[in-house]
Amino acid sequence: MPVTQPPAIRLAGVRKTFGPVVANRDASLEVAAGEIHALVGENGAGKSTLMRVLAGMYGPDAGTVQVAPQGAGALRDVTGWTTAEAIAAGVGMVHQHFMLVPTLTVAENVVLGQELTKGLQLDRARAEAEVRALSQKTGLQVAADRPVSELSVGEAQRVEILKVLYRGARILILDEPTAVLSPPEVRELWTVLRGLAAQGGTVVLITHKLDEVVDISDTITVMRAGTTVERIRTADTTPQAIARAMVGRDVALALDVMGAGDELHAERVERRAASVEGGAVAEAAPARGRDSTLDARRSALEVTGLTVAGARRPNEVDGVSFSVAPGEILGIAGVEGNGQTELLEALAGLARPTAGRIALAGADVTALGVRARADAGLSHIPEDRHRRGLVLDWSIADNLVLGLQHRFSAGARLDGRRIDENARRLVREFDIRPADPSLPARALSGGNQQKIVIAREMTGRDYHVLLAAQPTRGVDVGAIEFIHDQLRRARAAGKAIVLVSADLAEILALADRVAVMYRGRFATVLPRREASAERLGPYMTGAAGAEPAA
Amino acid sequence: MSDATAGATAAERADRRRTLLEEAVLPPLVALAIALVVGDLLILTFGQSPGAVFAMLLEGTWANAYGFGQVLYKATSLTFTGLAFAIGARAGLFNIGAESQLAAGGFAAAVAGLALGGAPAILAVPVCIAAAAVGGGAVGAVPGVLKARFGASEVIVTIMLNFVVLALLNYVIAAHLHVPETLHTPEIAAGVPRLADLSDAFRGSAANAILLLALAAAAAAWWYLFRTRPGFELRAVGLQPDAAEYGGVDVGRVWVRAMALSGAVAGLGGLNYVLGYKHYYEEGFAAGSGFLGVAVALVGRNHPLGIVIAALLFATLSQGGLAVNALVPKQMVEVLQAVVILAVVTSVPEVRRVLRAALRPAAKPAKAAA
Repeated sequence: MPVTQPPAIRLAGVRKTFGPVVANRDASLEVAAGEIHALVGENGAGKSTLMRVLAGMYGPDAGTVQVAPQGAGALRDVTGWTTAEAIAAGVGMVHQHFMLVPTLTVAENVVLGQELTKGLQLDRARAEAEVRALSQKTGLQVAADRPVSELSVGEAQRVEILKVLYRGARILILDEPTAVLSPPEVRELWTVLRGLAAQGGTVVLITHKLDEVVDISDTITVMRAGTTVERIRTADTTPQAIARAMVGRDVALALDVMGAGDELHAERVERRAASVEGGAVAEAAPARGRDSTLDARRSALEVTGLTVAGARRPNEVDGVSFSVAPGEILGIAGVEGNGQTELLEALAGLARPTAGRIALAGADVTALGVRARADAGLSHIPEDRHRRGLVLDWSIADNLVLGLQHRFSAGARLDGRRIDENARRLVREFDIRPADPSLPARALSGGNQQKIVIAREMTGRDYHVLLAAQPTRGVDVGAIEFIHDQLRRARAAGKAIVLVSADLAEILALADRVAVMYRGRFATVLPRREASAERLGPYMTGAAGAEPAA
Repeated sequence: MSDATAGATAAERADRRRTLLEEAVLPPLVALAIALVVGDLLILTFGQSPGAVFAMLLEGTWANAYGFGQVLYKATSLTFTGLAFAIGARAGLFNIGAESQLAAGGFAAAVAGLALGGAPAILAVPVCIAAAAVGGGAVGAVPGVLKARFGASEVIVTIMLNFVVLALLNYVIAAHLHVPETLHTPEIAAGVPRLADLSDAFRGSAANAILLLALAAAAAAWWYLFRTRPGFELRAVGLQPDAAEYGGVDVGRVWVRAMALSGAVAGLGGLNYVLGYKHYYEEGFAAGSGFLGVAVALVGRNHPLGIVIAALLFATLSQGGLAVNALVPKQMVEVLQAVVILAVVTSVPEVRRVLRAALRPAAKPAKAAA
């Protein structure tokens, strides 16, 4: 049925470069009016850039953009239009990062920029009434008179969508809308989007999650390395076929743990499975949140009953226990916002747990601060390198000693010579580019910034345990490979690694054991050979749960 | 490989020179140039010749020993308060309380001097200096502790503490310590040499050896901020507290330390009057130099060298205002001070861009050679 519809959007031959980086080349997209179209591809495939070209945020270097005004009627060439023109033509984009004023109410945020006035005053009552009506019509339930600061992430996203719809959008572009949502919120969002499509709206959804694509879309366009490689009707395909189209890369990554290329490692996994888990018989039944069989003397990191209080839920981390052996990667999978961030911050000493015990190589470090834990052999690649991992205005050289400053000083004096030497050595060893240690970290690409963090955390101290949170997020493909290689080498060198990633493929590619975190708990912990996307999926969405802790 | 190493070092050195130029030297110069142009226009509106007025301004400040001495005296206080603000600012704190911290430092020095009576200068002067640092530092530490413990905004606390501390000191003076018929304490015996002791030309000017202490404080502040581990941690807290925390820094402790240091440096500024000039504490002697220190630090881009230059600039304008009063109202010079501040805030980023573009081609061949 949707195929017979006339196209509402047609992009052809779009090219967009940022300096030396080619974000889009010869990218094409055709979306029929009234359909839900999924734009899929890996991180960095150029999905967001293409949609920003469509929404008027960027002008393309080459190619054409055609849109049917208000999502109906004949296509019109709008190449290089502005966001204001795009909004006037009914094209609205909901961004990954919210752009809301926290102190204003929902209604005020929605009408911001098009405020209804009564004389000189804001007509708040009418604004609220209109927002309420729109909310009713679309099913985007949110209280119009509440301040945005009080909303949950899911509610805030509904406000963003309302904002775009209030401006009359008939073509709605959503950039990774589910990254921050819980499974029930995702289901509600799907209902809303289906309603919009049924009322003649057109939806383009950017995502890299295959289950979502299959769930919600009518048609799929796959992007790879900046270009569109395939356009398929959802009904005619399978997740496996989409994954293949997205590039063998994810598939290859997921396979190479078991693949023939890495027999040595596969052997190691099995040996540990046999020796460490205290007899495979006990584990023959699926392991469920139970993982206390490791010998405490042998575990590099031992966490018992860790609980971290939170703002959104009573406990962001709710009595988590696990241990990691030297030479093992424990992967923690799960939808973002289920306590992974808080868990790692508590392990690193950045957040105070309300209960529980953390032991590094058998020594209790629960009472220690960040520096003392680091000195005890804990390295940490933080989730947000812009906020935590780097001082962006500082030079590469200074960033390479952040957290190690006491090792690069004599008394109170910083040892500038050693800091410079250290920087020159690490820039060379880790191929950080541009290779000028005096450049500010801000000037580097995401991949090179992450290399600074990795170089510092993996060489700066003699660590036993490495916490790696989203180590490849926002990092170019070449650097991803490099980072994965570094993690594998660290494992081979006997380091214990806790890997948190929103990317299940990454977890499956690297981890020896996989835990799924859901609502602050480990919903399950499986050895790698028993873990698969199909097996883990239900735990990530809460469909399968942990047994009550014994 | 040794070539590459040498090249990187040369590039780093060039980069450091450029940073120094951009951060410390250039802003006051640009601000001065703009102030000159605006000053010309202002003077014209008063029907005077800009040339004559500026000549008079220079004559009354840098061209004669007394005027120059007065400039140095004012610049001394402003260097301390500018440094005080900059130390806070580098830690991400807006210390607007230098006025009362300076007063508290001066008061503590005066009390120490009175207590010491006729002790020899070799003992009395260091004790007074330490007292000033402790007095200012104590007042400065309060907002630091309140911020670290309770998250209280240091802006509000330092503003309010200005009123509290100044009122308290005035009360103590008025109730217990003043010389009858005056608003000041008795004179203390301790003191440092004045410039007038060196040469008769400086007679009557207030400039004194605390000037050297100000320069030493600037050098020490530079060393502390850019060459020591605590300074490294302080700057990390100022730029990105989350990254500093991740780097094992106790952010709250750094706040307290930075505010105490900031207050201590401001407190040393009180010595300029108490130890160098009048030898007593007098109500209102700070006379706004604490607040002007904010402008000095702003124009000096929170860099000690820039602050010394900016302090000289503001001191010149302030003394020059008195010199040109015959031709134009001295308030004109206050307008000029405001123009300087606005010029720095608005024009410096633009100038920096131009400068960077101009320096880039020169830097490239060096890198290519390496």
